Amino acid sequence: MSKLAGAQILWECLVREGVDVVFGYPGGAILPSYDAMLQYPIHHVLVRHEQGATHMADGYARASGRVGVCVGTSGPGATNMVTGLATAMMDSVPIVAITGQVGTKVIGSDAFQETDVTGVTLPVTKHNYLVTHVQDLAETIREAFYIARHGRPGPVLIDIPKDVQLAQTEFEYPTEPIHLPNERLLEKYVPQEYFARAAELIANAQRPLILAGHGILLSGAMDEVLEFAEKTNIPVALTLLGIGSFPAEHPLCLGMMGMHGGVYVNEAIQNADLLLAMGMRFDDRVTGNLKTYSPNSKKIHFEIDPTEINKNVKVDVPLLGDVKQSLQKLTPMVEPKRHDAWWQHLQRAMQEDPIRDVLDWESPDGLMSEHVVHDLWTATEGEAIVVTDVGQHQMWEAQYYLHNKPYTLITSGGLGTMGYALPAAIGAKFAQPDKEVWVIAGDGGFQMTMAELATVAQEKIKINIAILNNGYLGMVRQWQEFFYDARYAATPIFSPEFTKIAGAYGIPGYVVDNRADVQAVLDKVRSSPGPALIEFRVKMEDAVYPMVPAGANLHDMIKREKIAQPV
Amino acid sequence: MKHTLVALVQDKPGVLNRVASLFRRRAFNIESLTVGHTDQPHVSRMTIVLDSDNTSAHLVEANLAKLVNVIDIQDVTNQETISRDLALIKVRVDAAGRAEIAQLAEIFRAKIVDVANDSVVVEVTGDEDKIDGLVELLRPKGILEMVRTGRIAMVRGNQARKSTNGHYNGNGNGNGHVTREVGASSV
Repeated sequence: MSKLAGAQILWECLVREGVDVVFGYPGGAILPSYDAMLQYPIHHVLVRHEQGATHMADGYARASGRVGVCVGTSGPGATNMVTGLATAMMDSVPIVAITGQVGTKVIGSDAFQETDVTGVTLPVTKHNYLVTHVQDLAETIREAFYIARHGRPGPVLIDIPKDVQLAQTEFEYPTEPIHLPNERLLEKYVPQEYFARAAELIANAQRPLILAGHGILLSGAMDEVLEFAEKTNIPVALTLLGIGSFPAEHPLCLGMMGMHGGVYVNEAIQNADLLLAMGMRFDDRVTGNLKTYSPNSKKIHFEIDPTEINKNVKVDVPLLGDVKQSLQKLTPMVEPKRHDAWWQHLQRAMQEDPIRDVLDWESPDGLMSEHVVHDLWTATEGEAIVVTDVGQHQMWEAQYYLHNKPYTLITSGGLGTMGYALPAAIGAKFAQPDKEVWVIAGDGGFQMTMAELATVAQEKIKINIAILNNGYLGMVRQWQEFFYDARYAATPIFSPEFTKIAGAYGIPGYVVDNRADVQAVLDKVRSSPGPALIEFRVKMEDAVYPMVPAGANLHDMIKREKIAQPV
Repeated sequence: MKHTLVALVQDKPGVLNRVASLFRRRAFNIESLTVGHTDQPHVSRMTIVLDSDNTSAHLVEANLAKLVNVIDIQDVTNQETISRDLALIKVRVDAAGRAEIAQLAEIFRAKIVDVANDSVVVEVTGDEDKIDGLVELLRPKGILEMVRTGRIAMVRGNQARKSTNGHYNGNGNGNGHVTREVGASSV
């Protein structure tokens, strides 16, 4: 058997895991691995900051369903990854992060660029490893990929000291099945006897509602959810990360729930007598005040993670396991049904939709973000992969860009990571090179990671960037307007001329400040072969409506005042 | 209500850190946590006592089950268990008072394991109530120092909490714990 260095074993294993692109940044402690990389069919994307590498791996994973991989050096290289790991952890995204570490002989001595990376990342990874013997490397990598994608996915970090990368051992790729110490424990949490009870609740429900979450996309259960919903005629409400799990324009789809969800969607939740929560975790942004949350409903929770059961909301029937398998079992057990009275009620409520109201508005006092997103949706026929940052524009995207297809909205939900959009979009483009990819970002978040424009230019990838520039950290400003008597502490934000920034990287830029020009610029950018950036100068003090204030009752929403429209 | 959980975990560096970090991160309120070796190589055993009025025992159990290094976890609260705590109590006492301490110790089936001019060390084993009882009696004499192990527990009868299937040992890490993880503290 041939002997290989740890650095070679790393790439041998990654290639066998199907990896062909990694996002990273070299440095001293990871140098042996970078040197070995040249021998392998791996495309390395050089990022400008390791946070970008983690978000790229994240965007790659969300757009492809495969494990995304990022690489960095020890110390600052690894600590820069923490935000991206935490983002992936909160949103259950399978990524594997490889970090170099100082040599095993000096670990613990505060050596140059030494950080206790497994310690630092313990709470923000699903699992992590410090490999101290080259003999363990291959199996550790294999196990890391398994853990990242298995069950509820998540990020896994492997810290590899420099001497382990250099040490040689006989390499044989392990082939026996992976058994984790805790695997039988998780099986123990899958009692299957609740299906009959669930079917009974569904048969007796008068006002049932499906809450569709990210788990459906992670499980690939879109067809099963559609079949179940159509058979039972049950309306579907989406979480932010559940967008795409059910076609937005399907007659059964009500739209997004929660803090900036539709008024009638939240009212449906509050009035329902049965909630079918599928792959969602009752986050505070979708429940509002837990004490008054959907008080009269029975709840069935389709959930793969036993720690989510009864964590925030007490449920009547937990269906533990993969939502796809659970639905394959449950759907044949339920009868077709109609819920005419419930649908009549919902349709009446839908007539009053403050989200759709503004689409017909003239906007003489400035370009409206809502209109920009709507026009982008029209121009792309709803087919683009849209990657958002975090804030007002993110909510407007969720409200006005209707996603009928899965894996087409990529956004940081749980952690709410500003600066996510541009790097995640780069990752998404590598995952889906034939798809049209759009970044929608605010002027604040974009400035956090805009150094990655250099990565776009160096890699010559075609992504389109829409910055909704309102001169504020808009969502924070909105909270200040509503809850802090409009004292705008530290929210007005200066921005450079974004078109010049883009120009410095050789990326064409455009400025649009009125609606009449939106379509033409979108067309121009879409038809050009290279990347482009558009700065939309939008109304400064627009707010996202409707809104449930944090911790308030889900049905107590702040609504947009009706404004008489100029004729 | 107090809950007792018994966990078998891989005896690897950092596993205790993972468990402790989990409790801290989830704000689980733990009354005691003891760790020690078992009869099986590479397997440690933890006894965790928590007050389920503050912290859901089910959530603690489920969260522990998610840790890759946890082999087995069981809530033994409602089973017939033997639970023991051990305490070493150093009491201020002169020669004249020793006899009284010795008498108290005997009632509690405790032992005097060290005698100095002006102090003795009492070793006592038993359930927590028994130890609490002795401590209350000794307190007026002047307790100089005390250490308690925290509860360890075992289910009565022939049911064994053991790793019946050792395949985790061979799991990718040579002899099961060659890959070192996190930090320096060995479980």
